[in-house]
Amino acid sequence: MPSAEPLIDVRNLRANYGLHSALHGISFQVFPNEIFGIIGPAQSGKTTLLKTLNRTLELIPGTRTSGEVRIAGTNVLAVRDVCGLRRRVGMVAPLPVGLPMSIYDNVAFAPRRGGLRAGSELDERVEQCLRQAALWDEVKDRLDLLGTKLSGGQQQRLTIARALSHDPEILCLDEFSIAIDPVTTMRIEDVLRELKSRMTIILVTNLVQQARRLADRTMFLWKGGIVEVDRTELLFSEKPRNPKTYEYIHGVFG
Amino acid sequence: MRRSTLAVFLESVIEWGIRLCGLSAIVFVFGIFFFVFREGAGFLFGGFKPLEFFGSIEWYPTSQSRVRYGALALIAGTASVTALAMVIAVPFGLGAAIFVSEFCPPRLRETLKITIELLAAIPSVVWGFIGLTVMNELIIDVFQAPIGLTVLNGGIILALMSVPIIVSIGEDALKAVPDSYREAALALGATRWQTVHRVLLPGARNGLLAAVLLGIGRAVGETMAVLMATGHAVQIPTSPLDSVRTLTATIAAELGEASVHSDHYQVLFIIGIVLFVITFAINLVADFVVRGIRRSS
Amino acid sequence: MNGPRFGQHNFRATVASVRKIRQERAAAAIFGLMSALMIVPLVLIVGYLIVQAAPLLTFDFLVESPRRGMRAGGIWPALLGTVYLVLISLAVATPIGVLAAVYLNEYAGENWLTRMVNLSVVNLAGVPSIVHALFGLGAFVLFAGLGRSILAASLTLAIMTLPVIVASTKEALSAVPRSFREACWNVGATRWQTIWHVVLPNSFSGILTGVILQVSRAAGETAPIMFTGAVFYKAIASGDPFAYGLLDQCMALSMHLFTVSTQVPDVPDALPYATAVVLLGTVLSVNALSIILRTWLRSRKRW
Repeated sequence: MPSAEPLIDVRNLRANYGLHSALHGISFQVFPNEIFGIIGPAQSGKTTLLKTLNRTLELIPGTRTSGEVRIAGTNVLAVRDVCGLRRRVGMVAPLPVGLPMSIYDNVAFAPRRGGLRAGSELDERVEQCLRQAALWDEVKDRLDLLGTKLSGGQQQRLTIARALSHDPEILCLDEFSIAIDPVTTMRIEDVLRELKSRMTIILVTNLVQQARRLADRTMFLWKGGIVEVDRTELLFSEKPRNPKTYEYIHGVFG
Repeated sequence: MRRSTLAVFLESVIEWGIRLCGLSAIVFVFGIFFFVFREGAGFLFGGFKPLEFFGSIEWYPTSQSRVRYGALALIAGTASVTALAMVIAVPFGLGAAIFVSEFCPPRLRETLKITIELLAAIPSVVWGFIGLTVMNELIIDVFQAPIGLTVLNGGIILALMSVPIIVSIGEDALKAVPDSYREAALALGATRWQTVHRVLLPGARNGLLAAVLLGIGRAVGETMAVLMATGHAVQIPTSPLDSVRTLTATIAAELGEASVHSDHYQVLFIIGIVLFVITFAINLVADFVVRGIRRSS
Repeated sequence: MNGPRFGQHNFRATVASVRKIRQERAAAAIFGLMSALMIVPLVLIVGYLIVQAAPLLTFDFLVESPRRGMRAGGIWPALLGTVYLVLISLAVATPIGVLAAVYLNEYAGENWLTRMVNLSVVNLAGVPSIVHALFGLGAFVLFAGLGRSILAASLTLAIMTLPVIVASTKEALSAVPRSFREACWNVGATRWQTIWHVVLPNSFSGILTGVILQVSRAAGETAPIMFTGAVFYKAIASGDPFAYGLLDQCMALSMHLFTVSTQVPDVPDALPYATAVVLLGTVLSVNALSIILRTWLRSRKRW
């Protein structure tokens, strides 16, 4: 049940790559402790949207954003401490990435940059994040193994552990299951259900059934504009508010 | 988890340092031009006769009675040695580049590339020594010439020095041609040679041109090897068996004896300016040529 | 449908296809010959040098000072001078070159300033060595007041080796996949933190290879040091590694080869050959070391 006050309040968000407009002034809200799904075909602006949330879009040359993205009241598009913002928003990219350092160092990377020195507190943080990401049991005996030597599914869970290591309030996942096997996908979906109680999750996915399984509310984004935002059951019902939603979910296009 | 203000401050200092180092390249190039110009400027604006410099072969900087700074023979020296070197180096270099890139069996390729790399590492003074000793005797024997320190000597040595750069950049240019071209030619039944001369050479034209230009730049700028191998005659050569003096060798040979800030000293710096401008222009053109590849691809 | 059908064609050689194959073989042979023609004479020449130098190639040759106006004795002062010049010039050029490459690859945007920096690096690489000498003379010896000294000569060499260090570092940095950087930015690391903790450590081998290659270049160049700090002769104690001061002039291996082969009359035949062999041997072994290092590091890829 979403509470009354939204955690994320997006107002009239526009994003451009040079002359090409990727988001045409969208507005929506995300409530605390919910899983918010975003579905839509390729080139809809889903990844662009996530990148504006943690301000990594501006690292691509030629991009511009306007509008407001209010997280807990503050417009994050205007804050100066961008790195602080990125520590509050965890991000999991589509392709798994293990940094070329030990598994321990992978997860300890963000805490160390934040000032946490070596010791029992760091060890506990690493273990906790690996457990939350359902990776601990597989790697607890070889924490000094190079992160790049893990399998794709393990690397994706390692990425989640890294994303959790800086204690984010919001966790964003961008088509996380694209490059991993179905079994690992299922495990990660269980992880997300568990994490919901501790944080708010935004799940971008090209698998509409995944949104149906996990999301409380879902948004259908198409060509840079919002088609529909609603409770998931309603979106996936026989008569969603917009007939295009029905067509997309049932594979008529996209 | 917040970082201390000191850490943030230090990081911005480091980042400013990085920007400074990046811009330093521009500073150094201008600096080189500035300081060389500065040393020659006095004479350049007071007493320098460009017509004599570029038009006369009479180079008598130390004459007691009539000092003349005619550099035409020196320019001819540079031009003749460079031209001969390129006539040898370009076909051999491009041939080797084609071999390494298209015909060479993989195991031999690594060995060949390493050998060419080692060839490129040989210092110019060692090349000059080879010209002075081995090449010298060889030319005297083969051509029954009175002296072996000639345009031919310098040309062969310069060719061997320029080949590695032509091979390595030429090979890059050939590698840059997409494999799909090769595959298409193969599908049409072409042999490797046909693929090379009908498809790859035209396709890599810009890169190969850049390779040749950079080879020329290397040859024009070379000092020690030509100083030791081409002899000391200030004259326009009429045959490859004549001795010459290049612009670079003249500076190296005479700077030690010219007293600081004298006219002679300043003219040598003016020659330096000429060399800088020539090689700068060659590099600029080569850069545009390479950029042409990127724009069209 | 005029061509042969599968059932009819028996893939026997036709006149045209035989000609094609012969052309192909000829082309391969010609190009192979051209490659060999560069290398074989060189091997012969180097062999000849070693044979001529043989009588003088002893350990004493390396650690003794020259005697009798450089007609006898060893090359210790020249060897030591080269070591000083190489160490100091690389100590200056490496940090500046590496950081300049970091700027170009990690910070610079796609604008005219970046193009100018890139163009400057390329042009710096093409400056003739004698022009570097003139620059060193004008800027370090005269303007900066260092006089002809090891310091002035080293700084001149540093400017000369800078562009290649920038280029090879840039190559090493761009070999690190962008996904690593993005993963670091996503967890809130700053640009510099990402560079220091992930990018630089994983480019180290490429950077090292580039720097080692410049060792051999700095050791072999003559013109830039001829008028900025290297001299024909300087008396120092044999075998003393600390014999030179920064503002002293010095002998150098490359300069010494030039001196004994062109400036000193009546030198015994083997002496210049021995000097050439020592210089060539030093340069080629350093380059070989760099190549071995590069191959070994390539086998230890971390991703």
